[in-house]
Amino acid sequence: MFPIVPIVFAVLSVIVLGAAVMVVTNRNLFHSALYLILTFLGMAGLYVLLEAEFLAGVQVLIYVGAIAVLILFAIMLSGRYLQDPGRQLNQQWPLAAIFAVLFFGVLAFVLLQVRWATVQAEVPGNYLTRLGQDLMGPYVLPFEVASVLLLVAMVGAILIARER
Amino acid sequence: MLQNYLFIGLFVAVAVLFPFLAVGVAWLLRPKKPTPMKQSTYECGLETVGETWVRYKVQFYIYALVFVLFDIETVFLFPWAVAYHQLPLFALVEMFLFIGILLAGLAYAWRKGALRWF
Amino acid sequence: MGILETLDQLLNILGNALARWLATFLPAWAVTAIMDFLVIVLVVAVALVIVLFLIWMERKAVARFQDRLGPNRAGPYGILQSIADAVKMLTKEDVIPAKADKGAFNWAPAIMVAPALLVYAVIPFGRGMVPQDLNIAILYVLAMASMTTIAVLTAGWSSNNKYALLGGLRIGAQLLAYEIPMALSMLAVVLLAGSMSTVRIVEAQARLPFILMLPGVFLVHFICAAAESNRGPFDLPEAESELVAGFFTEYSGMKFGLFFVAEYINLFAISAIITTLWLGGWQGPLLPSWFWFFAKSFAVIFVFMWVRFTLPRFRIDHLLSFAWKFLLPLALTNLFVVGLVVKLGLGFWPQAAALLVTNVAVTVGALYLGGWALRRAQQRAVEERMAQWRAWQQSR
Repeated sequence: MFPIVPIVFAVLSVIVLGAAVMVVTNRNLFHSALYLILTFLGMAGLYVLLEAEFLAGVQVLIYVGAIAVLILFAIMLSGRYLQDPGRQLNQQWPLAAIFAVLFFGVLAFVLLQVRWATVQAEVPGNYLTRLGQDLMGPYVLPFEVASVLLLVAMVGAILIARER
Repeated sequence: MLQNYLFIGLFVAVAVLFPFLAVGVAWLLRPKKPTPMKQSTYECGLETVGETWVRYKVQFYIYALVFVLFDIETVFLFPWAVAYHQLPLFALVEMFLFIGILLAGLAYAWRKGALRWF
Repeated sequence: MGILETLDQLLNILGNALARWLATFLPAWAVTAIMDFLVIVLVVAVALVIVLFLIWMERKAVARFQDRLGPNRAGPYGILQSIADAVKMLTKEDVIPAKADKGAFNWAPAIMVAPALLVYAVIPFGRGMVPQDLNIAILYVLAMASMTTIAVLTAGWSSNNKYALLGGLRIGAQLLAYEIPMALSMLAVVLLAGSMSTVRIVEAQARLPFILMLPGVFLVHFICAAAESNRGPFDLPEAESELVAGFFTEYSGMKFGLFFVAEYINLFAISAIITTLWLGGWQGPLLPSWFWFFAKSFAVIFVFMWVRFTLPRFRIDHLLSFAWKFLLPLALTNLFVVGLVVKLGLGFWPQAAALLVTNVAVTVGALYLGGWALRRAQQRAVEERMAQWRAWQQSR
């Protein structure tokens, strides 16, 4: 069989990483937001590769459809004040580069050396039903706590954002 | 399952390519004579006054915020709805609690005037 | 096979024959790739032909509703009108405003068209004729609908035009407001069918279409779908008298054509989804399944157009408060009541009857409650105004 999974993985990784770099380095704030959306879409593709299609759908629905929209609203309502933030690099960039490389080295070492507990398992056919049952069964407490968390977020945001 | 998404991936490529193809065809066929008058911003025939930004209306942002929270709630409802026939009656109570807490949030937003447009 | 069955499965038969022929000299992966590509091209072609037809249908229908003739110059009964429109849009000059954000400006039409087209991948056009049977089809549809918001905001922002920006923001707010009630009403169907797959939802309606079980929820879905595609009484953000043309003011030529086409692609997509979820999809006696599917979809489209030509536009603040303060609680209540009735564990027909009764009761109750609340709010506003006026009078 044509080795399609590694190729798709490589393409998606390039998209995700490239878009992430563009988010950070682009001078136009709106373009950064659009690249962020591309990053999210790439992540959704990676979730699909892991056979987590529900998670991929949720990623697009929430991250792209809600959170990215929130970010875009914030950018659009801030007017043109945030157009050109000035220089992207300041005088300490060599030091920052060294630290970034060191950090990358540490992360790579950890990722390669640690024996991660992976499980060879098939995704069951009725995984959505199982997810629902688990959510209402063993994981019902985190589920309810999530709703409280959302309530707190809503109250906090409204408190901060409303007109005085 | 992955076969399905290969199709979707191909479809995404085609669907994104199609608009550019259409615009490309149009580019071949249409006149290209840009003049400063044509390229100025449209304001019902008048000259543009002031910077192009909208007076800060926090209402948009609040709507988006409330939307994010209710969107996440809806996502939690998806597995519940799919598995509903196999769930015990107590699942309904659990969901009622979940939705109830968020409805309390909506009521708070309503009372505090966060849902008013003006 | 009987002649009706052959007609019904014509596409599948042809497709299988083609795949078999290709398999004789190509490896399996190439066959899949080519067949997939052909299906995609077919779906896109069908979508475009339908769009051409819809453009004509809308103009003819609006004309007849307004007691006039409509297009009748281009071809017999004006059926070539759409092609004339397409040619016009292809040959108009593409004016890009001077200070517009070129990258985002050019990408916005693509971001608008692509998700609308992608919805077609999960629509069951007939028995066994769904391009892909995804497990999460409904979630996929909602995710694609949510991408429209991004496209609209991008178009509004990149035009460097106050009206476009404001229009884009308003449409964005409207789209956000109506997404949740739509998701919740679709969830009611998912709950009844026990699956998010469109194929299984159609199969679950083998005995009774869901519209007869939950008409109130169907109504909520219909309203939200109209709002999501900026149609009908919800098209204020693109109304000409308000904001020129809203977010696509600065678009001309084919890019504008793409926005226009995207609207109609979306229209057929949501009608197809409504047909799938509520009207039993491709099911129907005698005639081929795809015939029933298209007949039902076009009936739904006609109702959308009918509503558009009949009702006046809603004001933006009415629009938004209607969604947040009425439809959202109503959709949640509906979902909850459906859950309650299903858990009673009745047989099929008693459950259907119970669902119908409770849904109608909840909807009518909500309308009464809404009307009462609205009247009370109006009274209070009037009293407040009177108090203000009296205070002003006394201060003179």
